[in-house]
Amino acid sequence: MEPAARSNVEIQVGIADYKIAMDPGRLITLGLGSCVGVSLYDPLSRLGGLLHVMLPDSTQFNNVTKPAKFADLGIPLIIKEMQSLGASPGRIQAKLVGGAQMFLGLDDKMTLNIGHRNTEKSREILKKMGIPILDEEVGGNRGRTMILDTRNGQVTIRTLGNKLKVI
Amino acid sequence: MANHPELSSTHMDALREISNIGMGNALTSLAQLVNRRINMDVPVATFIPFEQTVDLIGGSEELVSCVSIRITGDVPGLVLFVFNWESTLKLVDMLMGQEPGTTSELDEIGQSAVMEVGNVLTGAFVGAIYSLTALEMKSAVPLLAYDMLGAVMTSLMVASGRVEEQVLLIETRLFQEQAENNISGHFFMLTEPGSIERLFNALGLSMT
Repeated sequence: MEPAARSNVEIQVGIADYKIAMDPGRLITLGLGSCVGVSLYDPLSRLGGLLHVMLPDSTQFNNVTKPAKFADLGIPLIIKEMQSLGASPGRIQAKLVGGAQMFLGLDDKMTLNIGHRNTEKSREILKKMGIPILDEEVGGNRGRTMILDTRNGQVTIRTLGNKLKVI
Repeated sequence: MANHPELSSTHMDALREISNIGMGNALTSLAQLVNRRINMDVPVATFIPFEQTVDLIGGSEELVSCVSIRITGDVPGLVLFVFNWESTLKLVDMLMGQEPGTTSELDEIGQSAVMEVGNVLTGAFVGAIYSLTALEMKSAVPLLAYDMLGAVMTSLMVASGRVEEQVLLIETRLFQEQAENNISGHFFMLTEPGSIERLFNALGLSMT
């Protein structure tokens, strides 16, 4: 890991959760499989948010205990909170990571490719809210760890073997 | 790790005992397959949110292999075997009759070897439950993933629709006595709602 990482606070974002940080904090979420990590960044206030989405659509569930689990509820929620902390929705830019299909040859009951649906729904919600998606690293069949650097909005993606990619 | 409110300690003991017998049977089959003695810890039966299974096994970014097998019939559910990477490669070597350390990557043959291990273990487990309870269960084709633990487990959880509930988790660790050849794996059985009731009824323990 680069030396800069040590001097910055790294905040972990759990499954079906979100966190917001300010420059120079870093937000990290580990092991995204079919889940989608949505990073949101306001370059002016240098405020960043990271959301770990598990499922696309909350309307298919009767009992929603954790809105951050769903793309349709989690994205508006985190944007609203960023706004209350000083970010402007007009400046926020998004990046998407994850949405993989981890198990190949899934049986009938499991073929509903959630990874793809998580990605699609996140794009749809962001579009509806007028938030541009600057870059994406989605699909495929590998797990990914995602790190948002609030100093510049850069997202680092780590896959197995410690390969790093920055978007 | 709270127990299910409707289940008494007698029920939990019964679950543990069933798992013990089922896994004992499964390990005998695995031992025959690899021609080595394999041990296990006493199974633990608990109700926990599926998310917590990741913490039980290891770190989110740890490389693991996971065989998952869907069970249909009287006690529908999902059976999972998770092996850390080193153990996965050792298992392949054992199955292929190779010196430990020969396998360094999971090629197609290695992948089917790991899936076969899952198949044999599950078949024996289900067979043991059948001989105890006459409950019939069928296992589907095994699915394999090998990647970061967090990515594998959350994807499974989502794909199997186990997002909102607490699940019954029967967990054990498999290992081999010879230190240089140690294999450790975790076994989970996630039952669907209603399955447990049928299992207890068959054992003569009704649920209140």
